[in-house]
Parts: sequence; C-alpha cells; structure tokens
Amino acid sequence: MGAQLRLLRRRIRSVRSTAKITRAQELIASSRIIKAQQRMEAAVPYEREITRAVSAVLSNSADIDHPLTAAKERPANAGVLIVTSDRGFAGGFNANILREAEALAGHLRGRGVEVKPFVVGRKGITWHRFRSREMSGEWSGFSDKPLYAHAKEIAGALIGAFEDENGIDEIHVVYTGFVSMLTQDVQAKRILPLEVEETTEEPPGGPLPYYEFEPTAGEVLNQLLPRYIESRIYNALLQSAASEHASRRRAMKSATDNANELIRVFTQQMNQARQAEITQEISEIVGGANALADASAGKE
Amino acid sequence: MAKLRIGVVSPEREIWSGEADMVIAKTVDGEIGIMPNHAPVLGVLVEGGVLRIKRGDGDIVAAVHGGFISVASNDVSVLAETAELGSEVDVAAARDALQRALASVQADGEDAEAQVEAKRARARLRAAGEEV
Repeated sequence: MGAQLRLLRRRIRSVRSTAKITRAQELIASSRIIKAQQRMEAAVPYEREITRAVSAVLSNSADIDHPLTAAKERPANAGVLIVTSDRGFAGGFNANILREAEALAGHLRGRGVEVKPFVVGRKGITWHRFRSREMSGEWSGFSDKPLYAHAKEIAGALIGAFEDENGIDEIHVVYTGFVSMLTQDVQAKRILPLEVEETTEEPPGGPLPYYEFEPTAGEVLNQLLPRYIESRIYNALLQSAASEHASRRRAMKSATDNANELIRVFTQQMNQARQAEITQEISEIVGGANALADASAGKE
Repeated sequence: MAKLRIGVVSPEREIWSGEADMVIAKTVDGEIGIMPNHAPVLGVLVEGGVLRIKRGDGDIVAAVHGGFISVASNDVSVLAETAELGSEVDVAAARDALQRALASVQADGEDAEAQVEAKRARARLRAAGEEV
C-alpha cells in the first residue's frame, strides 16, 4: 500500500512541474502574439502603398511585358516557399503547413510541373532532410520575429531563380494566415508570375490617375516589382509568426489544462489509497484487540 | 492654399505622416520638388538620398535609402526600403560608419557595397544637419 502512495506522489510532482513549464510557455506566447500583431499592423501602410503603385504602373502602361508578369505556356518547374516555425510546441502548426504544401506539390505534379521546395523554419527543414528531399533554399532562425531583411534575402533568391532560364517558372507560397487570435488558416498562393487582371472596376481609394514616370514606366516597374514581391513575402512571414505564437499559446493552454486534470485525478487516487491504508490499519488494530480480549476472556 | 498630405513609410513602420507645403526628393533623374496640385508622378528614389519636407514651422528632413515616391491629387507617399528622420540619426554612429566605408573604398576601389554604405552614411549625416 505504501508503495502505491509513493508512486502517485511522484507522478503528481512530475506532472506539476510539466504544468509549470507549459503554463510559462503559454504566457510567453500570449505576450508575443501582441507584438507580432503590432508588427503586422505596422507593415500595412507600406503594403497598401506599394500595391497601389504597382496597380498604377500596370494600368498606365498599355503593353505590359515584364518577365515577372509573363506566364510561361508550359511551366516546367515551380518553386514552393514553405513557411514553418523554428520551434515545435505549437500543436498542429507545422503539420498543417506541411500537409498543405504536400497537397499543392501533388497538384502541381499532376499538371506535369516539377516542384522545388524553398523552406523557411527549422521544423520544415528537418522534415525535408528526414525524408531526404532536396531543398532549393533554406532559411531559419527568425520564424518568430522576421525582419524585412530576411524577406529581402528570400525574395532575392526566389527572383534570381525565377529569372534564371533553367530555374523556376512559377513561385507559390504556403503559409499560415493570421485571421484572429483563435483562427489561423493555411494558405497557398501563387506570387509569381503576377496575375494581371483586366478589370473595369474602380480600385480601392478611387480611380488611378495618369502618372508621369521618373525615369520611365519600364524602369519604375523593374524597381517596383521586386519590392512588391519582398513585401508579399514579408507579409507571409509576419502572419506566419503571429500564427505560430497563437497556435503555441493554444497548444500550451490545453497542455496545462490536461496537466491540471491529471493532477486532480491522481490526487483523488492518492487520497483514496491513503484512506484505504488507514481503514485497513484500524481494522487490523480492532481485530487484534478483539482477539486479545477473547483470549483473556477465555482464561477466566 | 491646398496642402500636401504626406506619408513616409518603410516596410517595418510608418516613419512620418502629416501635412506640408512642399516636398523635395532625389530621384534617379535628379531632384524633384513637389508642391500642391502637382501632376501625378511615380519616381524611383536614389540610394542614400535626402528627403526634405517643408512646413510652415520648420522643415522635416529624412535620410531615405532607395524606394519610390508617388504623387497623386495632393497625396504624396514615400515608400522607402529604409528611412530615418534627421532627428533620429545617431550622428556619432553615422560618422563612424562613413569612416569605415571610406576606408574600405580606399582599400578596394571596386567594393560596391562599401560605396553604397558611404552614400547612406553621408545621407544620414546630411539629414541630421551635419556638414559632410
């Protein structure tokens, strides 16, 4: 009996220390979500302006002929940028991303397109290494706090591969979009070649005026498109970072809740065992006393 | 008189926004001065340029590295890859950076990175109102 008590005590102690760790992780993640959200909001004005500028150039120049907007008739290779996290402890965050990336890869292969993965985040990199899949690019160490410089580096590599004749003909990005604290969904988007939509609808913020370009529309577009791609990638990295913290918070919260539930059950079992032990001791004492009393009664 | 509504933004934050009478920026074609009711323009800014925003109560000066200026119906937006207000520049650090960049340019005249670095440092110092 004493052995079972000791065992339960030990288990409670270990679960309690686990709960302390998961609780701390949960609190850290909650505070970081807010910072990640603020960074997302800080990036909004630039994104809005650059999108507007790109639409302005494209709608002003009648004949759009830029390598970054030209879709090849028979794409042979597609680059897929997969944004995962550096650390685990985030529930299904990385599993969901990688599943979606696999689905996209399957879809692309179905069209006869070779897939070249570009991976961000240590988790995605180890996932690919473990399956000995070749990666065309890998970056890690900043998944929870990406800087614009990181986005620039990634965009540089992707655009370089895109402009290379034997490189890639399409670029897709798979990342976790941050909808709210409670909802994040995995998104797969094509970022290159850009889709140029012919539309008669008015863009947000009123119709675009007829611009003069310094120096020329072509040169402005040359400078503008890479910046636009960088900004799209930066946005994906920021959303993914915020989503990572949100999933981690949720995963750690349920881990803490589970640990507390376990502690409750074990405490109950422990109390039961202790009570059973006491009851047995009492019945042994009473039994012994009765036996003695019977024995002494028999002598007289 | 109409005023210009100006926003200076970098990917990581909004650097400055407000109203002003005139903006002077340096595009790859040369300096451009924007006053209210200017025709719509979209220009590419030079690396290591200085942006001057003229207001009634003192000018605002910023070092702007690369990016674009777009002007349409009195809205001016400056999209910079990195930018810094003159009042935020750490003069000592910028001087240091300039010295280091100049040293590497002298050591290797082909070092394009150092030349850009020197341009940036000069722009930061000029934005802070220092003589370079």
